[in-house]
Amino acid sequence: MALDESVRAQMASIVERYPRSRSAVMPMLHLAQSAEGEVSDEAMRVIADMLDLTTAEVTAVATFYTMYKRRPVGKHLIGVCTNTLCGLLGGDAVYAALTDRLGVGHDETTADGMFTLERIECQAACTHAPVMTVDWEFMDCQTPSSAVEVVDRLARGETVVSTRGPAIRDFEATEHTLAFPDDGLAGQGGEADDMMLAGLRVAHELGMSAPPVPGQES
Amino acid sequence: MATPLTPVITAHWDVPDLFTLDGYRRTGGYRALPKALAMDPDAIIGTVKDTGLRGRGGAGFPTGLKWSFVPQGDGKPHYLVVNADESEPGACKDVPIMMANPHALIEGVIISSYAIRANHAFIYIRGEVPQAIRRVAAAVREAEQAGYIGTNILGSGFDLRVTVHSGAGAYICGEETALLDSLEGFRGQPRLKPPFPAVAGLYSVPTVVNNVETITNIPWIINNGVEWFRLFGTEKSPGFKVFAVSGHVVRPGIYEAPLGITMRELLEYAGGVREGGRVKFWIPGGSSVPMLNEDHLDTPLTYEAMAEAGTMLGTGTPMVFDDTISVVKSVTRWLEFYKHESCGKCTPCREGTYWITGMLERFEQGHGADADLDLLNEVCGHIMGRSFCALGDAAATPYPAAVQLFRDEFVSATRTPVDETFPPAAGYVFSAVGAR
Amino acid sequence: MTIAEQSAAVQPADVVTVTVDGIDVRVPKGMLIIRVAELMGIEIPRFCDHPLLDPVAACRMCLIEIEGNPKPQPACAIAVADGMVVRTQRTSEMAEQAQEGVMEFLLLNHPLDCPICDKGGECPLQNQAMSSGRGTSRFEGHKRTFEKPINMSAQILLDRERCVSCARCTRFAEQIAGDPMLELLERGAQQQVGIGPDAPFDSYFSGNTIQICPVGALTSSLYRFRARPFDLVSTPTTCEHCASGCSLRTDVRRGVVTRRLAWDDPEVNEEWNCDKGRFAFQYLDRGRVETPLVREAGALRVASWPEALDIAARGLAAARGRTAVLTGGRLTREDAYAYAKFARVALGTDDIDFRTRVSSDEESRFLASQVAGTPMGPTYADLDRAPVVLLVGLEPEDESPIIFLRLRRAARKNAVPVAVMSPVLTRGTEKMDARWIPCRAGGEAAALAGLAQSDPGLLAQLSTPGAVILVGERLAGVPGALSRAAALAASTGARLAWVPRRAGERGALDSGALAGLLPGGRPIGDPAARAEVAAVWRVSPDALPAAPGRQAPQVIDTVLADAERAQRDEPREYDALVVAGLELADDPRADDLRRALEDVPFLVAFATHHSEVTEHADVVLPVAVVSEKAGSFTDWEGRSKPFSAAIRGAQSVTDGRALAMLADALDVPMGTGEVAALRAELDALGRWGGPRTPAPDEPATPPAGGTALATWRLLLDRGRLQEDEPHLAATARPTEAVMSQETATALGLSGRATVVLTGDRGSVEVPLAIGEVAEGTVWAPMYSEGCDLQGIGLHHGAGVRVTGGAA
Repeated sequence: MALDESVRAQMASIVERYPRSRSAVMPMLHLAQSAEGEVSDEAMRVIADMLDLTTAEVTAVATFYTMYKRRPVGKHLIGVCTNTLCGLLGGDAVYAALTDRLGVGHDETTADGMFTLERIECQAACTHAPVMTVDWEFMDCQTPSSAVEVVDRLARGETVVSTRGPAIRDFEATEHTLAFPDDGLAGQGGEADDMMLAGLRVAHELGMSAPPVPGQES
Repeated sequence: MATPLTPVITAHWDVPDLFTLDGYRRTGGYRALPKALAMDPDAIIGTVKDTGLRGRGGAGFPTGLKWSFVPQGDGKPHYLVVNADESEPGACKDVPIMMANPHALIEGVIISSYAIRANHAFIYIRGEVPQAIRRVAAAVREAEQAGYIGTNILGSGFDLRVTVHSGAGAYICGEETALLDSLEGFRGQPRLKPPFPAVAGLYSVPTVVNNVETITNIPWIINNGVEWFRLFGTEKSPGFKVFAVSGHVVRPGIYEAPLGITMRELLEYAGGVREGGRVKFWIPGGSSVPMLNEDHLDTPLTYEAMAEAGTMLGTGTPMVFDDTISVVKSVTRWLEFYKHESCGKCTPCREGTYWITGMLERFEQGHGADADLDLLNEVCGHIMGRSFCALGDAAATPYPAAVQLFRDEFVSATRTPVDETFPPAAGYVFSAVGAR
Repeated sequence: MTIAEQSAAVQPADVVTVTVDGIDVRVPKGMLIIRVAELMGIEIPRFCDHPLLDPVAACRMCLIEIEGNPKPQPACAIAVADGMVVRTQRTSEMAEQAQEGVMEFLLLNHPLDCPICDKGGECPLQNQAMSSGRGTSRFEGHKRTFEKPINMSAQILLDRERCVSCARCTRFAEQIAGDPMLELLERGAQQQVGIGPDAPFDSYFSGNTIQICPVGALTSSLYRFRARPFDLVSTPTTCEHCASGCSLRTDVRRGVVTRRLAWDDPEVNEEWNCDKGRFAFQYLDRGRVETPLVREAGALRVASWPEALDIAARGLAAARGRTAVLTGGRLTREDAYAYAKFARVALGTDDIDFRTRVSSDEESRFLASQVAGTPMGPTYADLDRAPVVLLVGLEPEDESPIIFLRLRRAARKNAVPVAVMSPVLTRGTEKMDARWIPCRAGGEAAALAGLAQSDPGLLAQLSTPGAVILVGERLAGVPGALSRAAALAASTGARLAWVPRRAGERGALDSGALAGLLPGGRPIGDPAARAEVAAVWRVSPDALPAAPGRQAPQVIDTVLADAERAQRDEPREYDALVVAGLELADDPRADDLRRALEDVPFLVAFATHHSEVTEHADVVLPVAVVSEKAGSFTDWEGRSKPFSAAIRGAQSVTDGRALAMLADALDVPMGTGEVAALRAELDALGRWGGPRTPAPDEPATPPAGGTALATWRLLLDRGRLQEDEPHLAATARPTEAVMSQETATALGLSGRATVVLTGDRGSVEVPLAIGEVAEGTVWAPMYSEGCDLQGIGLHHGAGVRVTGGAA
């Protein structure tokens, strides 16, 4: 799919956010990826033209960051954290189960184009280990069976809701969010979960709180 | 006497709509802003200096001091850049802060920008956490609509733009100068210092780069003052800290407490090690700081005490591993991470992580070479202090600490694959926390 | 030791004292440790460091110890501070171990394929591995491998597994050339140098990356696998391609030029050169005239030197006083001088001109008054700190690439304001951060004349001491332009320099190879000037022509008129022509020149190569190319750049030597014609100290209506010396006609893919591109593939008919 006028117009609007146009290259690459499911050569040429860069300069950026894909990604990008903590607490088993179920390995896409599977690095959610992501939305505290169920339901077109975010859309939709983050979905995902509230609940149970401001004790 | 939990930043996280402007305002939010805008910017810098607040991103540099390096009256634009690229293995506190209470961060951003005379602030959030990015972006929009961001904020004459920027998958961008290059649209590789960002940062003008948690402290400091802030923690490590406890504990999660609390106390609040387990090793603040064993459970979690124990407080997000876990495998995974995330700029990090990882993977397979036990230490020594930035130092950290505490395990891995010695399933937590 | 004392300009406040390996030195503040060590003769190993590139401290090879610092520090990135105590690998175990560690890392993934690598034998990695590395490797894993080699351009190849990621090439591309088409791609251990999709590294300066690559990762199509460094005989030479004056190193293997490198000349090209200078040398060996040739029964046949000289002498003796000499712009100063002397002494004529290109009498008078025989300057160094540099009629990236690099650096590093008066806003102008002063093609004279009104700010800048005006070749074709430039310089006090395109032009001018001018800028009409020259030439002053002779255009006119005179049985003005190094396509009247060569009764050609010129000659005398002879070029600054023969023992005869032999055959004493003798005469002649002719004062004629053509020769085009260079040619810029959107619309060309440019003698159809071009002007390359504009009767400033081509 080519980058149509509307995508180009959105790209141009990104430039406005920054004092210097080159800063827009990352969100523009996210946007290109939302339109094409990958960062194509054509997209890099378009971005280079808009920002008065060489395509080498854009390629240098596009190939540095792991979220930019230079090959088409499936409808859903499934990530399993296999860094030490998640991996050894069960992420390895989750990943293995998904490999079995999908019949693909790391950085591979199912024949039907539905899923690309990746081992991913730490997602800043170690308290929620083992962590899986679907189109980068959190699917916390997974087991092999829960993870397989997630992809099975997605494969059947059923709604799957992120544990701390909105209902799963697809990879391209998330990439659009990364370019235009105020997507109206901030209210999804609810309030803080058990892990985020763990300490606060203990404090409440034990009657603990921060000390009052000196002179304002009541 | 046990150190109590002291929720400050997290105190209202159980308010259902805290992440909205209304929710935050109901809990007292945006009360610090008018107060700050009525102050002289230098007085804010002075206040932050007096609190002794140290950066919560890992390095622990005094925040007020950093702000005071920004030359004032230089006629140049200044920028505030919030480092929300939380990617360190084990670190998981900034993302929860942004998800649960983004407006506290935004209020901190506005006040901090005012203090350093920045009229444009950037929040660089790693791209892999869209829900955190959404909530911060929505908070920025709400704050704009409420007149907290924009021109002539609350009639003060102060103008501010805030731009939320999504990263795209590069741990190195947590290094502040790499982050700046990334934000300028380049490959996120670290810059030569000097000049430091406070003098020549984003677009080569004075820039302060601060961590999310650091900036989120600011509204409370303005509201409650220096004396209150120093009620928490120690002389050298004042204040409260959002600890994130992960691993083989009964209740992994966020625990906010004064600096100086011990790991044993945190463990207790987290319900202790899971049933049948004991602490084999733990890491106070991300994989980049040396691991400790049970011997240091009573060491205060402060910058100074951790340094004395031979490690660092780092991000203050302890990972706890019980004795089902292979230290060889743990270190190998971390090194695979560092190899994957090495930016490639400098030789020791680029090539050293490649070499170390290869050697460790042979240990994991049970084919480690005896000679490699010492060679690994030597190679780590050739990276430590010689790489361009701290990523290399971080990569050179796990092995020496691990082999010092658990040499026998590495020796065993010269003969026996670690999965035989430590059956992987034993480490899994599925029975403890099921999927929802 | 006080390095600082070498420079009187350094004030004590700017001097610091540091200790390196126990030795105290006083050096300028801000100097990098690695440079201080170099000056002391201490070599700290390095890869990413390059004195002309911004430091990156990436390779970590130069780690040294600084007292008080627990960690080793990169010597390439840290400036010395007063009292700093530095210990290099010679005195510090910390430094030595750090360097050894880094070297072991560097070799980890390096293929160690030195025996088949071009760099082997001259490789910094190889050398420093020997001096700073371990004898054996402790790495037992698998080395990274890549598909090899891959093209960065038609000319530049990359073997990625050899790369050490020092980023010298990518920094060169971005910082020096301003062509960031070569970048580091990917990350970590996969980091590699590369280009964008379908966007080769077609920089005019790309070859420099090969030279500064500290390993064998970058190689050239031309040299790859051709030689080992130790099989090469190297000679310092001067580039013959333009008037920039680059010092080169010419490497010869078994009598054949195999490679040319930029050589270090801090005053001129620093350590850089352009790709034409580096890669265009196949012509040296191809298509050479190897023996004298004489015409017999309408065809050329091989002759001996004595026979050919005899025939030439008889023909020229019969034509004494009725002969003209056209020398082309490529001769060395010494050879040009030999023609200047030969014309006056042996042929009794002042009809001599080195310009077979666009030229005018106004230009002659401009050169006589402003340039010929003047002392050196302004110089490259004067560009570095000038309060302003104004370029008129000059596109330095194409026409004098080292001026371009120097101005780019001056703008980047010293914020020197550069202003370019031109019909076209080029990438080159942008890369110099220059201000574009648009002017219609052919409107340069008017624009210069009106500068006081249109741009008083620039006028004020030009009035600041040190300001420089550079004028280019094409102003010779714009009536009034050179007059106005001279007037502007006179009124503002700005220094004026004329930048010719050809390497030999300034030397030829200074040596008297122009009608009206004897060597040293002496006006031939001045009896004192004639007397000075006659004394050195040991002839009677009366034997020298006393009136200025004909310039090239008049020579051509005269020969053509002769043909008509001959038909009317009237006597000819010319019975012979002597030509050397002509390229017909250079001349805006190439057809006329061709006809003149055909028509003239007797044509003697001194030639290195077979060409259209030799086809018409009655006698062809083979002469040496630059690699076979000694000589010198005078660059645009007026700086003499002498060189010696790169190919030793070559049998070729220089023009000077051949002229001496011919003079002997004419029984005119000319001396030996050896380079040393010619130089000695030039030295003895020196510069003219008498009154100079006044500057021309032609009015600025307003440009004609209609569409005007802007054009110049691109660096890489169809020039003779670039023949047989397919890799180089593939990096040339595409042929296209450029105009503004407004002009295209006004001409009804919207939507056209190509346009047809029509001149007096034909048309060309070229692709249309939209760019920033002055209103009513279309730009196209003068002599590129499919676009010979002079050949169809067009030149810069001429009116051109532009019509739509393919849609």
